[in-house]
Amino acid sequence: MSKELIRLTDCVMAFDEDIVLDKINLSIKDKEFLTLLGPSGCGKTTTLRIIGGFQTPTSGDVLFDGVRINAVPPHKRTINTVFQKYALFPHLNVYENIAFGLRIPKADAKGGKVKLSEEEIDRRVTEMLEVVNLRGFERRRTTQLSGGQQQRVAIARALVNRPKVLLLDEPLGALDLKLRKDMQNELKRIQKAMEITFVYVTHDQEEALAMSDTVVVMDSGRIQQIGSPEDIYNEPRNAFVADFIGESNIIDGIMRADGVVEIFNRRFQCLDSGFGKDEAVDVVIRPEDVDIVPEDQGQLRGTVTSVTFKGMQYDIIVDFYGFKWLIQTTDLSPVGSRIGIKIDPDGIHVMKKSEYSGLFGDYSSYSEEYEEISDASFDPEEEDSGDEE
Amino acid sequence: MKNKLSWFAVPYVGWMALMVVIPILIMVVYAFTTAEFQGTLENFAEMGAYTSVFLRSFRLALVATLVCLLIGYPVSYWMAREGAGFQRVAMALIMLPMWMNFLLRTYSWMSILENNGLLNQLFRAVGLLDLLGVEYIPMIGTSGAVVLGMVYNYLPFMILPIYSVILKLDGSLLEAARDLGADSRRVFRRVILPLSLPGVLSGVTMVFVPSVSTFAISRLLGGGTQMMLGDLIELQFLGGSYDPHLGAAISMVMMAIVVVCMVVMNRFGEGEGEAVLL
Repeated sequence: MSKELIRLTDCVMAFDEDIVLDKINLSIKDKEFLTLLGPSGCGKTTTLRIIGGFQTPTSGDVLFDGVRINAVPPHKRTINTVFQKYALFPHLNVYENIAFGLRIPKADAKGGKVKLSEEEIDRRVTEMLEVVNLRGFERRRTTQLSGGQQQRVAIARALVNRPKVLLLDEPLGALDLKLRKDMQNELKRIQKAMEITFVYVTHDQEEALAMSDTVVVMDSGRIQQIGSPEDIYNEPRNAFVADFIGESNIIDGIMRADGVVEIFNRRFQCLDSGFGKDEAVDVVIRPEDVDIVPEDQGQLRGTVTSVTFKGMQYDIIVDFYGFKWLIQTTDLSPVGSRIGIKIDPDGIHVMKKSEYSGLFGDYSSYSEEYEEISDASFDPEEEDSGDEE
Repeated sequence: MKNKLSWFAVPYVGWMALMVVIPILIMVVYAFTTAEFQGTLENFAEMGAYTSVFLRSFRLALVATLVCLLIGYPVSYWMAREGAGFQRVAMALIMLPMWMNFLLRTYSWMSILENNGLLNQLFRAVGLLDLLGVEYIPMIGTSGAVVLGMVYNYLPFMILPIYSVILKLDGSLLEAARDLGADSRRVFRRVILPLSLPGVLSGVTMVFVPSVSTFAISRLLGGGTQMMLGDLIELQFLGGSYDPHLGAAISMVMMAIVVVCMVVMNRFGEGEGEAVLL
């Protein structure tokens, strides 16, 4: 896991005046499962296409195993891709789709061309069908397969070439929820078994957290954070990451000293340090890290304004001094009740202010959605303050 | 009828019955009867005399279809890969001649190809005729002129279906092929070509069928020496050798052969496209 396989250095991608990627620096290690995560238009697919060779960066370098490959066309890269809509060849059956890459003569060390024998092709296709659980489907037309089966063919078709890297562009996007979960496990299993580097593109944060060794969060053509799923969730670097990964209450705070942050004029113990004295910061508090206590014992006191039953827990919106928090709790607190909350030091995460400060992490629109239903005089202007979820 | 709207089809069905089914029935009746409307097979026996016309028709139609394919496929491929602006202009240029009646266009070819026509005048002006020591290069009245006329008239019917099939090809399939190691030649051979076969088949059909039954082109550009089936049939109904019963029999045989050709061709299309051409 330690050796670096791919490196992007200051990669810029611009179409006319439109900058799609803004100086991306990224290192991908051998045999790791790396996910590019972000909303649509964030540049994740463009990054993938640069690695695959379908696009050449406007400036910057793409290194593969230390060699610059900016100008190497896709068919000369030991990288294969699973396309978003699978892109299976409709005129070929399952077997021939998988054998497509194997039937192409490869250059050998002496510069000649080597062609695989039919037996070798057959052995490898059969082996691959085994891996993706599609034995017996050899002669089927790809158009006769379900979405999940087509997905497996696409994966087999790419992996049979034994690439060093497999690129996957939102491969599970077209599948239903149950199948997605199965395929997530399946992909993870295949990646472990075949010891291949996976670069995976998705906008689904749960998927990214569940599958990846490394998550790269992107927005507006820039990398916002790179880290393990735990790092990304527990230590988001800015309000965008905190909001995009899971639910977050993001509150303005002031760092009074190392380990002490002030919100709503009350001081809280936290584990963060290294900020300037009295520096304005963003404070992230995850909805599950808040304990509800009787009002008089709370560090903060507020009024419950809405309750939604989510099965595992209740999502309640609580109004603290005009700022609405999302809290997840297993105990029901009815609408209108006054509650207190306590937050442990490890439930508080302090971030530096960024361009995203103030844009996310306030749940007032969340509750207004409910008010909108009951209150005809709802002013839609206020909705702008909310996030997109 | 379940669907109320299907009543709108009645005029069409009626029209088809009147203009297609009934004429075919009349043709069949004529083909199997004598001038006195006695049942006979003599009309078919008589056709043996015209074997050369049959052979010429199919030969010239095949050549014309092949030439159309050889010109049409690259043109379609090239057009489909260019920008939308270019495509509009190219399409307009291809369609432009078709806004004029094909007889007029064929007459223009006559004046170009004649022994004292535009081309020969040009050859004379540049000294080519003197160089060869001839009065003129014979072009009109040859089978080549007939093929040229057919290619000129029917080429758009080859280009349009192939062009629209290639245009609709899913770009991600081409990327997938490249991703799997195919260079551009192999992408063409293993993906683009097999996937454009349906267009090729319908183009071939749309050129071959009218070519094999062509009549005016062969008469005008073939100078009477290149009689084709269409001319032969015309002769039986409108010309000197008036014999509608024989004409009907020839028409029937021609239709049968064309139908057989189409069925065979569509069989090819249904099989694995790749196997046919590679």
